Amino acid sequence: MMSNDLNIFLIFLSAMIVNNILLIRFIALCSFFGISNSIKTSIGMGVAVIFVMIMATAVSWPVYHFILVPLNLVYLRTAAFILTIATFVQLEEMFIRRVFPPLYRAMGIYLPLIVVNCAVLAAAFLCIDYKFDFGRSIVYAIGVSSGYFVAIVMFAAIREVVDHAPVPTLFRGHPIAFITASLMSLAFLGFKGLFGL
Amino acid sequence: MSQDDTNSLLKQLTKGLVKENPILVIMLGLCAALACSTSATDALGMGVAFSFVMVCSNIVVAVIRKLVPSQVRIPVYITVISTFVTIVDYTLKAYFPTLSQSLGVFVPLIVVNCTVMARAEAFSSKNTIVASLMDGIGMGIGFTLIITIIGAIREVIGAGTLFGRQLMPIQYQPFIILILPPGAFLVLGFLMALHRKIMTTFYKPQT
Repeated sequence: MMSNDLNIFLIFLSAMIVNNILLIRFIALCSFFGISNSIKTSIGMGVAVIFVMIMATAVSWPVYHFILVPLNLVYLRTAAFILTIATFVQLEEMFIRRVFPPLYRAMGIYLPLIVVNCAVLAAAFLCIDYKFDFGRSIVYAIGVSSGYFVAIVMFAAIREVVDHAPVPTLFRGHPIAFITASLMSLAFLGFKGLFGL
Repeated sequence: MSQDDTNSLLKQLTKGLVKENPILVIMLGLCAALACSTSATDALGMGVAFSFVMVCSNIVVAVIRKLVPSQVRIPVYITVISTFVTIVDYTLKAYFPTLSQSLGVFVPLIVVNCTVMARAEAFSSKNTIVASLMDGIGMGIGFTLIITIIGAIREVIGAGTLFGRQLMPIQYQPFIILILPPGAFLVLGFLMALHRKIMTTFYKPQT
């Protein structure tokens, strides 16, 4: 489906829109429904995911190709990736708190939560599965995380309106949120086939 | 074992089915539930894989709960969980290559399935081995049940088959939308509403 000879721009678009990680691939949905109560928090989460995902991919790619593959330890990749990412998020949290306090305030408690956000781990795995080289992996991570940002902010915006709509009692809250997500997913499905992706 | 203990163990086992269902109520582990439910077979496979990880990691966490200092418990739990996930991943690859292919990246992603982590943290790190075992089995069954229901609904309406067998008459025009991504959200949304209906009818109404 995707390979190294693919144009970088196409990788980005495909990751961001055509294969949107939340709405088409169903990764990281827990945070999608848990955190999208208001636009403000979802922007914080989106920014945090963009930041962490790029960094995590930049770390896990070398770990896989320079440590696990030469040592024949590929079967340890699940454990290795998650521990690398968890350690890294900790370091990053300390670093951001020191260097960019405003950004830290914007991300707030979401930064530690990202450790268990499947999207970050999934991006790291998918880069390996697609056999991307380092540069393409980074572009892919940027695409995936921007897709996450776009989808969660749009979803939060819609939910704020839906909260004030006369929804049948049985559907109030989460059920209607899922149906909203279904319609958004339908809209994103419309991009399928764009640029032959 | 006294009557009381047996009762509470039974409660640990059954609470995962309806009252504390991991998908419908706790709303964790949604990624796998939605992505791996395009057909009943995939859904069942995912459910079994998940239950295995859930039960095993619950037991191990309960066994080591007194040995692990609380500051480093999260990395320890993650390591335990990822060990079992790796076992499942490689077993599926060896014995069920087609299933492993269609579940794809979602098998290694069980490691970040928040349900497993949440139960390890919230339940088995504080309870006995037997209670954790029951909790794991209950959660596993609850998850498997719901994901299989979603898978079956999507497969029957979206493809006209169930577990790969033709169920609908040949003339039936499948609603392909249900096996596409939007269908997953739609089915889960309606299941949640149904679950709420059941809860308000058969259990005490929520205040």
